[in-house]
Formats: sequence, C-alpha cells, structure tokens
Amino acid sequence: MHGRPRKAPKPEDAAASAAKAEKLRALQSQLLHNHHNQIYTKEALEISAKLLEANPESYTAWNYRKLAVEHNLSHSESDPDTVKSIFSEELRVVENSLKQNFKSYGAWHHRKWVLSKGHSSVDHELQLLDRFQRADSRNFHAWNYRRFIAALKGIPDEEELKYTTKLIETNFSNYSAWHNRSVLLSHLLQNKVKGFFPKEKVLVEEYEFVHQALFTDPDDQSGWFYHLWLLDQTVKPETPLLVSTWPAHGSDIIVSAEGCLDGRALSPFTSFHSDAGTFPLILYFNEAVEGVNSSTVTVKSVFTENKDLVWKPLATSKSCAAQAWVTHLNVPDVKLHPSTAYPIEVNLGDSQGIISLSGSHCSHPSRFAFTVCVQPLSSKHAERQSVEMILWRDVNFHFYDAHVQESSPIAYFDRLSIKKDHEPAASKWHAKTLVNEIALVRQLLSEIDCKIGKLTLARLLMAHDAMVSYMAPHSHKKVHSEEVLQLYSDLMELDPMHSQYYKEAQSLVLLQQVTSNRESLLKHCCHHRVSTSSSVGNSVCLRLNNLSLSRIGCVEQLLWVQMLDLSHNELRSIDGLEAMQLLSFLNLSHNKLSSFTALEPLRLLKLLKVLDISYNEIGAHPVDTRRYLCSSPLSHTVGSDWNFNEFVPDDAKVTNYWEAFAIFRGFNLTQLDIVGNAITDEKFKSFLIKVLPTLKWVDGEELH
Amino acid sequence: MDETPSYPPIEPTDFDLIVVGTGLPQSVIAAAASSAGKSVLHLDSNSFYGSHFSSLNLDEFSSFLTSQSAVHSSHPNPPSSVAADAAEYVALDLKTRPMYSDVEITSHSSDPVEHSRKFNLDVSGPRVLFCADAAVDLMLKSGASQYLEFKSIDASFVCDADGRFSTVPDSRAAIFKDRSLSLTEKNQLMRFFKLIQGHLAASDEAENDSNARISEDDLESPFVEFLNKMRLPPKIKSMILYAIAMADYDQDSIEVCKDVLDTKIGIDRLALYHSSVGRFPNALGALIYPIYGQGELTQAFCRRAAVKGCIYVLRMPVIALLMEKESGHCKGVRLASGQDIFSQKLLVDPSFIVPVPVAPSQPDCMPESSQVINLVDAKQKVARGICIMKSSLKPDVSNFVFVYPPRSLYPEQAMAIRAVQIGSNLGVCPSGMFVLYLSTLCNDATQGKELLQAAIKSLFTLPVSGNPENSSSVHSENMEEVKPTLLWSALYTQELVMGSFESISSTSMPDGNLNYNVLLDATVKLFHQMYPQEEFFPETTSPENVEDDDGLSLES
Repeated sequence: MHGRPRKAPKPEDAAASAAKAEKLRALQSQLLHNHHNQIYTKEALEISAKLLEANPESYTAWNYRKLAVEHNLSHSESDPDTVKSIFSEELRVVENSLKQNFKSYGAWHHRKWVLSKGHSSVDHELQLLDRFQRADSRNFHAWNYRRFIAALKGIPDEEELKYTTKLIETNFSNYSAWHNRSVLLSHLLQNKVKGFFPKEKVLVEEYEFVHQALFTDPDDQSGWFYHLWLLDQTVKPETPLLVSTWPAHGSDIIVSAEGCLDGRALSPFTSFHSDAGTFPLILYFNEAVEGVNSSTVTVKSVFTENKDLVWKPLATSKSCAAQAWVTHLNVPDVKLHPSTAYPIEVNLGDSQGIISLSGSHCSHPSRFAFTVCVQPLSSKHAERQSVEMILWRDVNFHFYDAHVQESSPIAYFDRLSIKKDHEPAASKWHAKTLVNEIALVRQLLSEIDCKIGKLTLARLLMAHDAMVSYMAPHSHKKVHSEEVLQLYSDLMELDPMHSQYYKEAQSLVLLQQVTSNRESLLKHCCHHRVSTSSSVGNSVCLRLNNLSLSRIGCVEQLLWVQMLDLSHNELRSIDGLEAMQLLSFLNLSHNKLSSFTALEPLRLLKLLKVLDISYNEIGAHPVDTRRYLCSSPLSHTVGSDWNFNEFVPDDAKVTNYWEAFAIFRGFNLTQLDIVGNAITDEKFKSFLIKVLPTLKWVDGEELH
Repeated sequence: MDETPSYPPIEPTDFDLIVVGTGLPQSVIAAAASSAGKSVLHLDSNSFYGSHFSSLNLDEFSSFLTSQSAVHSSHPNPPSSVAADAAEYVALDLKTRPMYSDVEITSHSSDPVEHSRKFNLDVSGPRVLFCADAAVDLMLKSGASQYLEFKSIDASFVCDADGRFSTVPDSRAAIFKDRSLSLTEKNQLMRFFKLIQGHLAASDEAENDSNARISEDDLESPFVEFLNKMRLPPKIKSMILYAIAMADYDQDSIEVCKDVLDTKIGIDRLALYHSSVGRFPNALGALIYPIYGQGELTQAFCRRAAVKGCIYVLRMPVIALLMEKESGHCKGVRLASGQDIFSQKLLVDPSFIVPVPVAPSQPDCMPESSQVINLVDAKQKVARGICIMKSSLKPDVSNFVFVYPPRSLYPEQAMAIRAVQIGSNLGVCPSGMFVLYLSTLCNDATQGKELLQAAIKSLFTLPVSGNPENSSSVHSENMEEVKPTLLWSALYTQELVMGSFESISSTSMPDGNLNYNVLLDATVKLFHQMYPQEEFFPETTSPENVEDDDGLSLES
C-alpha cells in the first residue's frame, strides 16, 4: 500500500516466483486452448478462475469469461436461478482475484461488467467497497467503482459527499477522497442542488474545510491539490470569454495591398502590409473553444460577405478547439475607393455554439468594431525591401520614440474591456476570497517554510492581480509581480527537481509584467533600421531578448506584433506563438529549442519571412522527450503530397531530415539563420535551400 | 466470619510458591511462575478475584471498602494441627492494616442500589489501557488476552472549572477535525508531534540522522521548559503535559511540583500515546477498556495460571505465618481452615503486616530492609471517587477519559485530576446509567477530597436536601447544558504501598496512574528477584501464543 519501502527480492522468493510462473503458464495454455475452441464447460471455467485468482492481470481470461457467461446465458435464459448463479460465480471469481491484487484493472472492469447486467445486488457491492476502502482508503480503483455503484444505485451526491468527509476526517492524506469530493461538488454546484447554492457559500465552507488540512500538515500535498481546485472554481469564469482581438476594438487599420508602407506617415502598430490581398482577423479566448464559424461570429462590412468567411483554429494539434481563431478578410479594392476608411463590426456570443472543452457556451455577447483603410504604395518601396537583409544586431535597433504613443496598442487593450462589463457582482466576493486566502497562506509561511505553500501563494497573488486588473482595467498594475518572481526564484532553489516548472511560471509572470501597461511594453519596442537604408517598412520590433524566458505567454496582448526578437532566452517551446498571425520577422536565436518539432507553431504563421533559429540545440538530443507526440513520415499530418525523397540527399539519414521537412515545407521564408545547431552542416543547408525555394539569405550569405 | 466454613484439605501441602491475594501483580506472578514450571498455590480471603484490583457490584464494593478501611481484627487462632512443641517452626499471627481511609459513600437515589448486581465497579479506578502499553503486550505474550474483550475509549478531553470539555487533539486526524484550535495552533501542535516522531525514528536507527534528534541537553531539561522552547501556546502545552504525557503535578510551579517530568520521559509518554493510536485497526484512538471492568484482567491472568497448574482457593484467609525456629525463615502459612501449607517462597498482599520474627537466632540472616518492610509511604496517597449518574457528562459520547490540569479548578490546585467515564455498553452498570471514576494524588485525605469534590461540583447538579439557598443559586446560574444529577457516590483515600522483595515478598497497591505500566515494571522486577534463573513468560510456539497484535479482541 502506501509508505512501505520496496525490498530487494530474496533468492528463495525468486525461486517461488519461477515456480508460480510455471504453474501460470500451464493454466494459461489450457485457457487459450479452451478459448480458441469455445469450450465453456464447468471444468474449463474452473481453469480460468484458477488462473485469474493467481494472476488477475490476464485480460484474455476475463474476456474469455465474458464470452462464457454470454454463451451459458443463451442456454439457460428461462431459469432465473441459473442466471443468478452464473453472475454470482463471476462476482466470486472477481472477489478472489481482488484479494490477490486489489488494484487489478481487469478484475474491477469485469465486476462493472457483471453489475451492469443488472442481476446482482448493489447493496452487497457497497459492503464490499467498505471493506476495500477500510483496507486502503486511497485505492482509486475502489473509488472509481464506488462512483459507478453510486450512479447505478442512484445514491444522491450529497450522501457520497458525506462519505468523502468521513474518510477525509479519518485521514486527510487521501488524493482519491479529495478528488471525489471535487467531482461530487462540481455536479452539485452545476445543478444548484438544494443546500449547494449559492456557489459562493459552498466554496467558503470548502475553503474552511481544506484549511484544516493545510495547516495541520502543510507538507501533505493532497489538501493543496483540492485548494488549487477551489481556487480554479473561484477565479475561472463559468463560460468562455473573448479576451482579445486583432484588429483591436476602435482601431483604424491601414493596409497596403502591394509593396511596402510609407513609414513616416503611419503608425507601425496599426499598419499592416499584405502581399496576398487579405488581412487576418484574430479572436483570442480565455480558454480553448470549438464552434467558431460564420454562424456564431458575424462580421459586418461593405466589402465582405460574412458567409464566405472561413474560421480556422490556431492549434498545432489536429483538434478543432483552440484559444485563438483566425479568418482572412479580402482587402478592399484600392483602385475603386482610395483612402476610404471602411467600418467593420464583429459580433459573437449572441447565439450559442461557441463552446468550451468542458461544454459551457460562450453566452456573453461581445461586439467590437474597427476601420480599414487601404494605402496604395509605390513599387519603389517594394523593390527595396525585397533586397535587404535583416540584421538582428543591437545597433540596428533604436528606442521607439514617444511621439506615436497615442496610437500604441495599449489603448486598444483598455477599450477591449467593454466585453467584461457583464461579469456579475460576485467578483467582489472573488477578490475578497483571494485576499483572505493570501493572508492565510502568508500566515502559514510565517510559521514554516513550505514549498507548495509558496507555490500556492504565488498562484494566489497572480490570480489576485489578474482579478484586480479585470475589475479596474485602467490601472493595469501588477502590484505583486516582484514578490511572485522572488517566490519562484526561492522555489527553484528549494526544489531544484522542479525548477523547470517554476522557471516557466516565472516566464509567464515576466511577460505579464512587460505587457501589463503601455510604459513597460514601450520600453521593449524598438525601431529597426538597417545600416544602408532609412527603414525596413518602418517596422517596430518587440524585443523580448535576454529575459531568461523559458516559455511564451500573454500572447493575447501581442497579437499586433510583426517583428519579434526572442533571442538569448531559454525557450524550449514556442507554443502560443501560433496566435501571432501578423508575425513576419522572428528571432529565436540563442535559445534551448531542441528539435524541429518544437517549431511546430511556426507552421501556422503564414506571413513569416525572416526566421533566425541559430544557436539552439536542434539535433543535439536524439529524442525530444518533452513531447509525447510528434509528426512522423508515417503520420498523416504532413499531408498526402509527400515528396520528401526529392529533397533528401541519397546518403543522408532520413530521420534527421523529415522533421525539418515537415516544418519548413510550404514556408515562404526569404531569410533563414540556422548556424550553431548540432544538425547544421553543408548537406543539411543544401537540403533546406531545396525545400525553401524563396530563400535569399542563409546564415547571412546571399544565395544566387 | 466466626464460623470458618469447612474446607476439604488442600493437597499437596508443599508448594514452590504461595501467593496470598489475587491482585493484578500477584496474579501475573502466579501465572508467570506457573508458566515457568513452579507449583503455585494462590489464595484469597475474598469470595472474588482481584483484591484491590477487582471490579465489584455495588454491595460488594461497599463492604470491601468498609472491611479494608477498619483495622482488621485478626481471626481467632484455630488450634494448630501440629503440636507446637513438636514443630521446628512457630506460627506468627498475621495482621492486616487498613489500605483505605475516609470512605464516604453517599446514596442520593435508590436506583443504583436496587440494581447493585448489575454494577462492576473498579476498586482501582480510573484505569484504562493504552493500545501499545506493557499490559497489552503482556496479555498477548502470556495468552491472557484470549480471555478478554476490549472496547475503544471514544475520546479524550481536558476539562475546566465550569465543566466544559475540550477535545484533546492527540493525532493527525484529531488535529484536522478539531475546531477549537486555531489554524496556527494546529500547525504548531502537528509540527511538535512531527518533531517527536522524527526524534524517535532517528533514535531507533543508527547515528546517521542526528539532525532529527533532540539534543541531550534538551532531553535532560524539564519537559515543560522544552515545550516553552518550542513556543507552544499555554493551551497546547497543558494538553500535552496533562492529557497526553499524563503529568500529575503542576509542572509550571517548581515549589509544589513533586515530580518534574523531564523531556526524555515526556517524549516516551508521547511515543506510547502515538504508537497506541492505530495499533489495532478497529480501535478508534489510543485507549481501550476491558468489557466488564478492570477486574477482568486479574481473572484472565489467574485463568492463565490455572491452565499452567496453579491451584486456586478463594474464601480462604491466611491467619499465620510459619517461621522456622532456628533461622527465622518463613516456611509456609496457616490457613483459616487450620491447615498448614509449606512453601519455599511466599508472596503476600500489601495489606499484611509481616511480623518481625520472635527470636532471630542468626541476626545476619535478617536483611536490614526488613525493618522497614511494608512501611507505608505516608507522604503519598491517592484519593479516588466513583460517581453514578443517569446521563453522560458529554451528551454524544459514553466512554471517555478526561483530565483537570493543575490550577484548572482553583488556583491552589497543584495536582491533576484524572477521570474516566464508562457507560453500560462496557458491561459495568445497568443500561441507562454511567459510571465516573476520579482520582488524584494527594498528601492527605483532606486535600484529596477537596480536589475530588471540586471536580464533582463542576460536573454535577448536586441533589439539594432542603437547602433553599443552594437550590436558588443552582437555578440562577441558568446553565445552558443541563448537568447530570449525581445518584450515588463513593469517595475514599487509598494508601500507596510499593511492593518489596524480602524473605516474604509483597506486591504493590494500585498506583495513581491511568495504566499499569509502572506497576507491571515493578512486578516483572519482583519476579526476576524471586526467580533469577527463570524467564518471565518464555516465548513458546504453542498456537495460542503465536497470535499477533490482532489477537486482542476489540469490539468496535
């Protein structure tokens, strides 16, 4: 069970287990023989019972017994006593198997199967469960089965909740009991069962209950996990919300259809250059949602038919849910209506259909509007841009002047807050609860040093800051950022095993700090100029370099970014970047990206032209252990037009190349820096040049 | 008692050991000696087993206390079966002395007396056993446990002058559940328990983890100072000292404290408490109580002894010792029936006054200590009280332990008062009634009674007999909780006598503790002095002794 050290087996144990294995093999072969020949006699069943009582993990034997039951039932359907005895025999075998191993999946599953046939006493099951849970109150198989039986018997959730209370009071170090409590309460709260409404009252009681565990033994993590669930219940909106868009509400977008913008006259935050004759419209939600389409989102404009719009989820997986969704609007014909500002209005949430993964509908109507103006351009600019190479050196960047502040993106974030007005007055309670929890955890930490207590405090402080900025969006001050950063630094020292986790959390805090208000964001905005010319499309570059970031976050604040410098960080993943649909210039050099699959989000950035992934660790690790799933030549994610072999040199190892191929195929990169990765050699470079025919510069060298 | 009933003569007349009195220490030694192959005769003048450790019905209890509190007139010396001149020994009359004084039995209602036979009142109460204590180990080891059944004590409380009970959060689960402690107090208390557990675990293992261990300096310091050093608030300190470590004297005031608990012993007591919690899967907490009363323990050991060949004769007073003329050594005893029985060794009840031999011909044979043999330690007494009532002191629990820490009843209270309430489900009283046992150490009967009466006053509505002032004051207090009415009570003071090893050995009287650990330690020591060559209940491989911990019958 729990807390028992594993002992090294003694030689006599090894001999015993060999003898047991021998016996099992004999039974196993007899069973398989019976199975193949469909022998379901009493003797044959006895053999399977013997096998299962010795080794409950034999799934074949369980399945054989299921077939046998069905076979024997079909021959004795008329006699209820026989039917009953067939099923009680099954229950007896399961019970004996569970005595051998009470954590056998196969045995518990078989029992469920028997019970679901409806011929057996449910009350007896409850008694059995009591015995199992007395033997090990944390056995999650028994808890699972309990939920099944409770549903079968129709035991009210309130009753089961009392049972969890009882077991938690006996020993609160019980993840299964706390978990069951959260499951039951979720149902009770959702259905507003009598005594479990309003939600706030119930949550207060639950907080008080879990505090007893947290203070009695702060080193026991099970209570903290429940506390985290409560925190989630407190701060998470019940329905999905639209939190950010591009273009932002109230903005005036200037689009250039051909060539490059005339930089001197225009704000780089609101101007956008389009080669394809379209511009993106991005919706960013607070959680992954499904069902964004032309019937759930209405785009009103004089030059686009709403029904023609195709919405795409911005997700690297094949799932049809994503936090960010994009559609592309055609640029109005510039020749017909030069310099006209076209108003566009977007509405969503009026009807149901946008739905979160947990099944709740986006029910808050949201509306935002902006104007689009088309700027015709001389072909001179276009030509010049196409011949220049982007250099990411510091000398090429100049601090952004304040004179265009009025059009900085921050103003639009503030105006987005109109969508948050329909939050209920309960948010006052939320803030009060958070303040209370923060005070309690501080009190605990003043008594003792506790890792998970510090982590919880950091989470609470961040939730509190988010809540405050939510309620008063104009004072976007992250008052606790510094303290939270310090907490995570402490944790990295206290708990080096999980330092990567803390590092990622710290990165998010840093990014929130940077993006929380216009002053701090502007500090990171730079003009990019190359030495030979006055401007490259007058780009503003967001420079988030040298911040020790290990992950990306706060993307909802950065949807406007076209040029991003993330160099000299500790990024291992760039998940989230896929929402930054305007991104054309990206510097990821000097990070810790260890494979091409880590670059997967880039595949969704169709406008990317300049990419620097030099000095990472691509190819240095044989397997990317951070990911469980990655695309392979055998998976279908790469598409059917797989012509990989045309590009790969004959003597090259295919495995080194297919990942790169899967990522870069279809890119329109003009410039790529990849030097300083383990994988990079001349052969690989020439492979890339073949895959990316649009390339003009590789590692700073112009191609011919 | 004039007419000594006629008994058939005892056969044989020679034994390795004669034990007089069936108190717990005598019974344990009788069983241990029998197990070691000695022939043992076990005698008791009473008609029941247990002497000072027995559980008696109401009538028996009253007459036992009364008989033992008066100086016992010696039995008329029946004619010896052996002519005095022909014998090489002399018969010395055996006298007893009172072990109890100031017996005060008050009956406010006829109910208890009418049901006298349904009571099993512990003479040595209040007593409970810790699941992990020496008595439980001994019962399992000796096989006595097979004759016993236990039930869990439901709860443990600390009580104050107003009769308010607060739960003793004695385990992790209890701390979690308790709602009277603040969150910070919970944290402090649990951390203290963890510190102790860490210390004990580190002490068990080799030297490797010395960090977790409490320093030697701390171990030798008074426990109360160590608790102060750990910054424990007074409330928790008092719980640990008096309700878990079971200190008797006020540890905070050195002047009145006769027994300063040092940290080492304090930690040992906590360890006993904690290892008791959860030792038996179906025990609720640390404490258990035998069904039908504490007297069952002595009977279990006597049955154990009988199985091993010990001969039992009840209702058989011993009237004289047979002393060898030459050496002054004891040769045997003369029974009330007139029969002389001989044995190598003699173990007697502490109430006997062992006479000084008439003519010690060889003075060097007389150990010096025999001069002080059985001298009562007059400085220490224990005051005991038994109350019978119709409702529980705590409405929702029937069997529980509680303590009044020093100074909780009145400022001058220097000693803790221990108490145990037992309900009818333990077979000690008629259904619908409850028995409360109280005890405290004291210097004299007056002090002891004062303490017990203060406790009783805080717990009960005392029936008023024509005293209008009193009754009006009771009403004006307007208590929210109705306190139970006292039906019957007994208050008595018991001498504390330690056993001794001499030519005639004697056993100890019940002490002032809740459990038997100190008594059993002394008993085991006495056995080894009597039989240095013998093992105390040798491990056997017989099936009844291979039972593990689960061998204890616990009714849940």
